[in-house]
Amino acid sequence: MRKVAIVGIGHTGFGNLSEFDLVDVMGFAACSALQDAGVLQERRLVEQLLVSNMCGGIINHQTGIASALVSRLGMEPAMAELVENGPASGASAVKLAVMAIASGLADTALVVGGELMRAVTGWIGTDAVATLLHPQAEYDLGLTLPAFGGIFTRMYMERYGLTERELAMVAVKDHENAAKNPWAHVRVPCTLEAIHDGENADVVNNYVAEPLRLYGMCPVSDGAAALLLCALDSPKMKHFQGKPPVLISGIGAATDRHCVHERQDPLRLEAVRLSAERAYAMAGLGPKDICFAELHDAFVILEIAISEEVGFFERGKAREGIVRGETRIDGRIPLNTSGGLKAKGHPVGATGVSQIYELVKQLRGEAEKGRQVKDPRHGLAVNFGGFGNNVVSTICSRINL
Amino acid sequence: MAIDELEKKLRPPEAAMKPYPPKVITLADGAQMVVREARREEAGVLLGTVYPLLGVPKDFYDGEIAGIVTSRHVDENLGMSYHTVTIKRGLRIGAQLFAAKMEHHIDILGEKEVYIVAESPIGFKRWMIEYELENREALYPKVHHELGGVPTYVLTRKLYDAVKSQKVTGSRPVSPELLAGAAKLRMPEKYPQIPGFKREH
Repeated sequence: MRKVAIVGIGHTGFGNLSEFDLVDVMGFAACSALQDAGVLQERRLVEQLLVSNMCGGIINHQTGIASALVSRLGMEPAMAELVENGPASGASAVKLAVMAIASGLADTALVVGGELMRAVTGWIGTDAVATLLHPQAEYDLGLTLPAFGGIFTRMYMERYGLTERELAMVAVKDHENAAKNPWAHVRVPCTLEAIHDGENADVVNNYVAEPLRLYGMCPVSDGAAALLLCALDSPKMKHFQGKPPVLISGIGAATDRHCVHERQDPLRLEAVRLSAERAYAMAGLGPKDICFAELHDAFVILEIAISEEVGFFERGKAREGIVRGETRIDGRIPLNTSGGLKAKGHPVGATGVSQIYELVKQLRGEAEKGRQVKDPRHGLAVNFGGFGNNVVSTICSRINL
Repeated sequence: MAIDELEKKLRPPEAAMKPYPPKVITLADGAQMVVREARREEAGVLLGTVYPLLGVPKDFYDGEIAGIVTSRHVDENLGMSYHTVTIKRGLRIGAQLFAAKMEHHIDILGEKEVYIVAESPIGFKRWMIEYELENREALYPKVHHELGGVPTYVLTRKLYDAVKSQKVTGSRPVSPELLAGAAKLRMPEKYPQIPGFKREH
């Protein structure tokens, strides 16, 4: 199988971009990635465009987004398709780009993930995302993703003794990282005293889906991210001389039962575990080789649960690692160095691409002061679709170790 | 000047009111925000704070550093909520200040109802939805907010009591040091809504 590298990365700020058009926002990230690779003028050398977006048809009343973007970028006659796989759309698009290149169908592919969710009110955005649930067994009963986050958190707390204080510690760590990330939606650090320990905390950090509080949930964000991929053995690699390429050393995906209640144990995120195992096997690596990770923490509980499923901690033990500071930038396994979905933001279709953007940034040693992991060699990203029923894990590695 | 005469007509009559006891709220970033009553002589500083935002075509109800809330004590039964303006983003300052304003009307002044309107989606979400305010639009013109233009919603004492524990916070008394720090108002030097803003002193 051909080896595939990331040769360019682009990102917009995450936050409220509702004054812009969805395709323009994606176009900005795409141009940034092409510029980063040094081929903005030669962009027609890209043969395949893959666009990840979940809610454009529902929220922005726009379909055919890949066709619109390829034209907006002036990159015709490149192949262009939209990838919709719920919140895992971004990493799914990267996986399909890897497949296209590995198969020889293309040498280069541009992956652009984007979403504009602030064009509507928060509850309409939440409803749009909830359409990924089972229509009769879940959605019609009023379930939403935050509701699942709350239920999952309660079950986890009862089984493993996780406390609200430990959940708040994850948020404090994520906000600390996001405050140093210029693309992050919420660049405001928060303190444990203010969101948990202090006498005003109950109101400042109110319940949203008990026991999950405001600072335990991701914001609703707009934004886009882009990656330019190329086969390492392609003659086109000579065009990308600006930045060191980063290898996609492993990528794996897995699915689970659509309805959470049909799973044998709702706390077991089998698709996360399997997708990570597949990525590890492809890369010839294991959890101990990973230097840092971006985990899909739409709710802080997911950072904890995913970190156990991918092998960073024994089941039920991540909380101890949090208390020991092991997931901080200078810890044993830094998690969500970007601020994560929790604080960097979660424009759904962009998220998976943005996670891999962060892997590349860290592996190149380009992260901002105070959030650069020391000398990382391998990073893992887990992009979590549905409520864990469709997950993509990606490992990126420095080349010439 | 004609403008002075006009302003006098717009200004509500001065009424004696129980003072709002200051309180301090620890915001999510650890900053301590003192919420206190503004004095009449501070109107100039408050207007100077709001003035740069007049040209910003955005909803800035969920904003930065500190904020200003205004309202009117109509009589012992009724309050008229006016503005909620905050400048620093991401700390829910607007939500805290609006809650303090309702605390002032219901708990301190003892009014039975407060009339409220929202001019923005954020305001609508914060007040009409989260406080489950009563829509009295059908009773127009008998019931109407004096700002007009949009439906009048009402916070009753019953609705306030139902949400008070989740919305209203703050610690009293405020330490003399903190109060002293908040005594002299300073206009913000930065506005996230106005990149490159420079205040001319």
